[in-house]
Amino acid sequence: MENRVLPRNRPAEVRDLERRADWIRLQTIRLVEIARSGHYSSVFSCAEMFAALYYSTLRLNPSDPRWADRDRFLLGKGHAAIGQYPCLADLGFFPQDWLDSYTRLGSPLGDHPDMNKVPGCDFSSGSIGHNLSVGVGMALAAQMRGQDYLTWVMLGDGELNEGQVWEAAMSASHYKLSNLIGIVDANGMGLDGPIEEVMNIEPVAAKFEAFGWSTDEIDGHDMRAVQSAFLRAQSADRPHMIIARTRKGKGVRFMEETPFWHLGYLGPADKAIAVKEIEERIAR
Amino acid sequence: MNQPIDPASWNIETSMPKLDALTMGDELAAMGETRPEILVLTADLMFSNATNAFRDKFPDRFINTGIAEQNMMSVAAGLAAAGFKPYVATFASFASLLCAEQVRTDLAYTKMPVRIIAHHAGISMGFYGTSHHAVEDIALMRAIGNMTVVSPCDGAAVRGVLRSTVDVDGPVYIRVGRGAEKPVYDIVPSFDHGRFVRLREGTDATVIATGVGVRAALDAADLLARDGVSIRVLDAVYLKPLDREAVLAAARETGALLTVEEHNPHGGLGGAVAEVLAEAGLGVKFARHALPDGYALVAPPTHLYRHYGLTGEGVQAALMGLLFR
Repeated sequence: MENRVLPRNRPAEVRDLERRADWIRLQTIRLVEIARSGHYSSVFSCAEMFAALYYSTLRLNPSDPRWADRDRFLLGKGHAAIGQYPCLADLGFFPQDWLDSYTRLGSPLGDHPDMNKVPGCDFSSGSIGHNLSVGVGMALAAQMRGQDYLTWVMLGDGELNEGQVWEAAMSASHYKLSNLIGIVDANGMGLDGPIEEVMNIEPVAAKFEAFGWSTDEIDGHDMRAVQSAFLRAQSADRPHMIIARTRKGKGVRFMEETPFWHLGYLGPADKAIAVKEIEERIAR
Repeated sequence: MNQPIDPASWNIETSMPKLDALTMGDELAAMGETRPEILVLTADLMFSNATNAFRDKFPDRFINTGIAEQNMMSVAAGLAAAGFKPYVATFASFASLLCAEQVRTDLAYTKMPVRIIAHHAGISMGFYGTSHHAVEDIALMRAIGNMTVVSPCDGAAVRGVLRSTVDVDGPVYIRVGRGAEKPVYDIVPSFDHGRFVRLREGTDATVIATGVGVRAALDAADLLARDGVSIRVLDAVYLKPLDREAVLAAARETGALLTVEEHNPHGGLGGAVAEVLAEAGLGVKFARHALPDGYALVAPPTHLYRHYGLTGEGVQAALMGLLFR
């Protein structure tokens, strides 16, 4: 098979990546339509970061998904896989028509990603709080073997309520894993409402710094900020956490206004409004 | 530095040679020679599980995660996904109960080749009490898809299962005692995947035992032989997959079955054997000799084993009840 390595930090126009983020939002709406239920707003908050990771930052090999030197990307907030699948299919990790089977009986693509069914998924997730630990293991393996791949883990801010995250944070700095990069998609919302009301986790940056990490705090919807933060992260001298301040439901005005689009379904009239808003922005 | 002068004194380091059934550290250190992919992880327990033997030989392949067992399981998953074969050692209560979800989701669902050495299983922690007992772990681990469950009965058997399972696909749960188990095997046995070991031939009844139950079953068979009762003894070293053929043969050939295990009566070896018998429609005499459905008393382990009948006399009494009730 043709070897098709996509190098790390591929040049990409800011505007193209912004359009790609909106394309991820449209794809998410399309797949939710198949399942008639899905996590729209959890993808919308991290769409810019998915776009930057998959279309610029990560070193990947779609022709050999388990290539030993690929950068790893673990989706701790596994319920956002619906935004990851279209990227993987578009890059050639698996056939496009798999997307049409999303959540249907026997499909490789469920709400949460399965590494043994989805080429390009580096580890299964779904149980919030595990994947930073798994990332520690992968980064430790690279350190032990002298491999230069980077391990990226995206967490939700609600996920930081899980105790295991802090066990992982402790161990990452103990093992001096400068090849481990975390991203918190800090959209401020859980299922039951604002995280600061349900179980406050702030100040996130200070907590990670107290655990021995370096941190960066950015607007997760500002593509230039995302790109430069992703570059800075790669030269950190210790485990590095990017706290991306985001908005749940970002990109569709009526979805930004309530936490309740964490899970839901848009009927035809609302879907048309959402799609129109996104498509107009892409056309601009 | 003052050294202890009283021969009765002991500490964690000096007590280790007495626990000669804790052979996993030594065995893993030997296996590590030819298998560079083997790593050992523990959570601040290397002297309790003797994995310091591996640490001494391969310090770069030994990972102490501190007292953070759930993180340890998921870190092992990440190491395995990157091509290593991690052996994770901690108390059975923590490996199975505290980490049940990490084991299920990160190791078993994903088919990671991680081996869980769950030591000090059952009630072998004695007066440490219920927090340190693991009498539910067989049930939990049997119910997890892709999991292989083994339960070696002595130090030689621990070596035997480590060798026999090294290339098994997916995770393996290795249930180990406290290291003071009396020997059953003279030499390191070679176990066949999914097979019991017939340790003693007999015609009147069969004891299917696992862990400390095996030595007790052999002792019971000796006691009953004096009265002319002939007992077959099977070592249920593999609990999953279960040796269905050996269960059915024992039922057909000896007509009475007793299971013996250091576990809650629900979901353990006894339950597994009962499932095989019931599905085959065999109405033979059958009883489970297990711990009560509850929490053990506090006592030194040997006193607990006597109290709960996990001794030759205890198994003998259970067999008498089965055969002559």
